[in-house]
Amino acid sequence: MNWRIGTVMDVFAETDRTASIVLTVPGWPGHRAGQHVDVRLTAEDGYQAQRSYSIASAPEDDTLVLTVERLDDGEVSSYLVGELRAADELELRGPIGGYFVWDGSLGGPLTLIGGGSGIVPLRAMLRHRIAQARTVPVRLLYSARTLADLIYHDELVAAAREPGLDIRFTLTREQPDGWDGYDRRIDRELIADAAWARADRPLVYICGPTAFVEAAADALVSLGHEPGRIRTERFGPTGR
Amino acid sequence: MHISRGFHGRHREGAAPGRVPPGQYLTSDFPVLSAGPTPRVSLDDWTFSIRGEVDEPRSWSWAELQALPREDVTVDIHCVTKWSKLDTDWAGVSLDTLLEGVETAAEHVLAYCDGGYTTNLPLEDVTGGRAWLAYAYDGDPLDAEHGGPARLLVPHLYFWKSAKWVRGIELRADDEPGFWEGYGYHNYGDPWREQRYAGD
Repeated sequence: MNWRIGTVMDVFAETDRTASIVLTVPGWPGHRAGQHVDVRLTAEDGYQAQRSYSIASAPEDDTLVLTVERLDDGEVSSYLVGELRAADELELRGPIGGYFVWDGSLGGPLTLIGGGSGIVPLRAMLRHRIAQARTVPVRLLYSARTLADLIYHDELVAAAREPGLDIRFTLTREQPDGWDGYDRRIDRELIADAAWARADRPLVYICGPTAFVEAAADALVSLGHEPGRIRTERFGPTGR
Repeated sequence: MHISRGFHGRHREGAAPGRVPPGQYLTSDFPVLSAGPTPRVSLDDWTFSIRGEVDEPRSWSWAELQALPREDVTVDIHCVTKWSKLDTDWAGVSLDTLLEGVETAAEHVLAYCDGGYTTNLPLEDVTGGRAWLAYAYDGDPLDAEHGGPARLLVPHLYFWKSAKWVRGIELRADDEPGFWEGYGYHNYGDPWREQRYAGD
């Protein structure tokens, strides 16, 4: 798979810790919603570092967008969120991954469950659904610590007004006055309330930190969902 | 080589020379990557089998596996998602022990797992003291999210080849791509040649 040089059109903050990087990539072959890219940085002395990032844009979008969370000790993420700016070039290759992807041909209904920056590939799926597969009903559950940590907040609130899209948030650490979403970490009851039921035979995509994904997937399995219809993408350590 | 303006890199110092393959970074965590829910299986129902092109299929219960010679191994592991982890401590049974006396003309192995995961390897890569059926990590029973009760451990290849929740291997004359190999990942997966994706 070839490395390509993309040009950064824009970098803008989504939250305090996350930024979206808007790229044009000559020769880009296109992607499916849910796929990721490998990014490679090279220092002047030849030292290189690579990481993987989910694609945030839909296949229909004019530009390729990556949304990156800056990690505390993130060698690459702290460069992408902080140093990188418009007109820079960025080396990448992809698209990568063929399982944690969704397009209209896979049908629905669709349950999307995201924790923190795990919303990024789900947002690509949601945009693809809005652009192409209007009849597939979607339930999206997005967990973040605080309102200010919700990536794509305005876009998601606007999307929730579209027919067939049910979008809910849970804020686990702090809720603003008058908050009418959920206010706790995901659990079996919360998922039973927000997600499609087993009888609806949804296709489920879960992305987030390991403990979040384990909790969500275990809850769905305990609610009787077929493991084979639950696709997961985990990031982060287990703490051991 | 394309220089990234303003990038200096921070993690070079202290990196173990000669132990980190190209494009990898060191982590002290143990990240989890799985394509679906973590399967839970009762040890009473667990078996490990060798089937396919063999003179006679073999199968071990959990208790029978525990009775086989245990090997403790300390190895470096390399995940295709870029992290490497040095000096990880495992215990399990060598695939050489499980394959001892097996008559086969097969040259390929397809490992199969609870949850439906598969991965393919050359038979010679799971013999010669290079692969284990691992059931303990860091002195404790292997956690389910890391592949317990038992997973393959094939540390000289990218870690997706070290199939979690493995329940057996199928010896095959032909090379059947496994789960990730069918989704564009490299068929062999040597981290030192950076064989991440098909065509690398």
